[in-house]
Amino acid sequence: MFHLILFLFFGAICVAGAINLLVQSHPINSALSLIVVMASLAAEYLLLGAEFLAAVQVIVYAGAIMVLFVITIMLLNAGKEERTKDSRIAILVGVPGVAIGGVLVAWTILHRANAETVAIGALQGDPKAIARLLFHDFLLPFEVTSVLILIAILGAVVLASRPEAIARPHPSTPAVAETRELAAPGKER
Amino acid sequence: MSITTFLIISFIKSAIVVGVLLTVVAYSVWLERKVSARIQNRWGPTRVGPFGLLQPLADGAKFIFKEDLTQPHVYKPLYIAAPIIALVFAITSVSVIPFGNWVNLGPYSTFLQITDLNIGVLVVLGITSMGVYGIALAGWSSNNKYSLLGGLRASAQMVSYEVSLGLSLVGVLIMAGSLSLRDIVDAQHGVFWGFIPRWNIFHGQTLAFFIYLISAYAETNRTPFDLPEAESELVAGYHTEYSSMKFAMFFMAEYANMTTAACLATLMFLGGWNGPIFGPVFLQDLLPVFWFSLKVFFFIFLYVWVRWTLPRFRYDQLMAFGWRVLLPLSVANIVYTALVVAWRA
Repeated sequence: MFHLILFLFFGAICVAGAINLLVQSHPINSALSLIVVMASLAAEYLLLGAEFLAAVQVIVYAGAIMVLFVITIMLLNAGKEERTKDSRIAILVGVPGVAIGGVLVAWTILHRANAETVAIGALQGDPKAIARLLFHDFLLPFEVTSVLILIAILGAVVLASRPEAIARPHPSTPAVAETRELAAPGKER
Repeated sequence: MSITTFLIISFIKSAIVVGVLLTVVAYSVWLERKVSARIQNRWGPTRVGPFGLLQPLADGAKFIFKEDLTQPHVYKPLYIAAPIIALVFAITSVSVIPFGNWVNLGPYSTFLQITDLNIGVLVVLGITSMGVYGIALAGWSSNNKYSLLGGLRASAQMVSYEVSLGLSLVGVLIMAGSLSLRDIVDAQHGVFWGFIPRWNIFHGQTLAFFIYLISAYAETNRTPFDLPEAESELVAGYHTEYSSMKFAMFFMAEYANMTTAACLATLMFLGGWNGPIFGPVFLQDLLPVFWFSLKVFFFIFLYVWVRWTLPRFRYDQLMAFGWRVLLPLSVANIVYTALVVAWRA
């Protein structure tokens, strides 16, 4: 019962954070709302029994990726978003569309006989169980994914490094030679 | 144990732990001033109380009574929230740290820890990784170029060194086979050849210990990695625009983070509360806490000692050291430990 109340509480915070993300006009406030969404999602995972996933969600998403978002916003010094007048199409099509979509999803979940739902605390998400899945049952997909990520990292490094920096010898080389030449005895300008 | 007893015991434990942590924070400031003074052949605080021992109280009163300036050009909501974020995460991270063994209080027997989680290490890492927002937002919301530079440096530095800090702990986790801090300490019980304690630092994790120590200095923004507040170039870095209690909150957060890092080093590498146990029953209950505190004190003293011994790194040196030296070394340590454990199994 207590866990259910907590689950609903964090769910409400999560939705409120997501709405706040859209409503805020300053990018840094939106980024902070996204952190709230990530952190409350981690709390939901924890309540469902997936402890490892919760910890990784906080460390990777809330603690590392969002820091990079915040750094980028701080560096670019992005100003306030400019508000245009509310477009008529958005109100006429968008709002009913969102409502219909939400109703459809809820109806499908409620009326499917074999829909799989999870009771609170029912997931077996402790580190040992996750480790068995990753390093035993699904070892090959896991390793292939890590190779894929490695390729992505290499690609990012290649794209980020300037081509002239690779082609040119070490920048200090000519300067040192020049200094030696100037400092050599008998040489005067 | 009923839910009421559980709540009462948890509340008492949390109150005691936070109280002790804040006292440790106050007296590490005193220790820092005293030790730095002795290193520079001065006396340090001597006027308030014997050996200046009441100086932290006087400082606290001064911080409260100072004028709380809020510059007109700051972004107010985040300017106010930043020190709160920094301090809250710094204090929360101590919640899974165990301080000693089981103790018996009349009918109740309790473990000296607020709560034991099977993901304890990850919780500490997660909460400390959130603490960076306090500093980053302080730098940005101050609307001041020195503060902004300090905040940017802090976030880049903390994200970079978090990687090698986390990886340096993996070797210990492989050896203990658990993420619970209590299990990790229990795995370090016993001695080699009758006199060398079976601590992880003497058990193949010496390299990991030094990687952790260096990364922890960078994580807590302490010298030689105190670039976020490098006073010779950035005035006071991210807390330039803060005064009074708001500044004090950043100060307390820094020392609370130092204490947590020292506690984690003790638990992961120096055997936690393991040490010689002897004497009557009440002494047997107290000695583990004493050994734990002694080891934590050693690390805090080391922090101070290093601060007044080593000069500051340059920023490119800091980044190159983190990514090109510490990261490969910590990965090599993981591979080595995993191979040894797999070979023995």
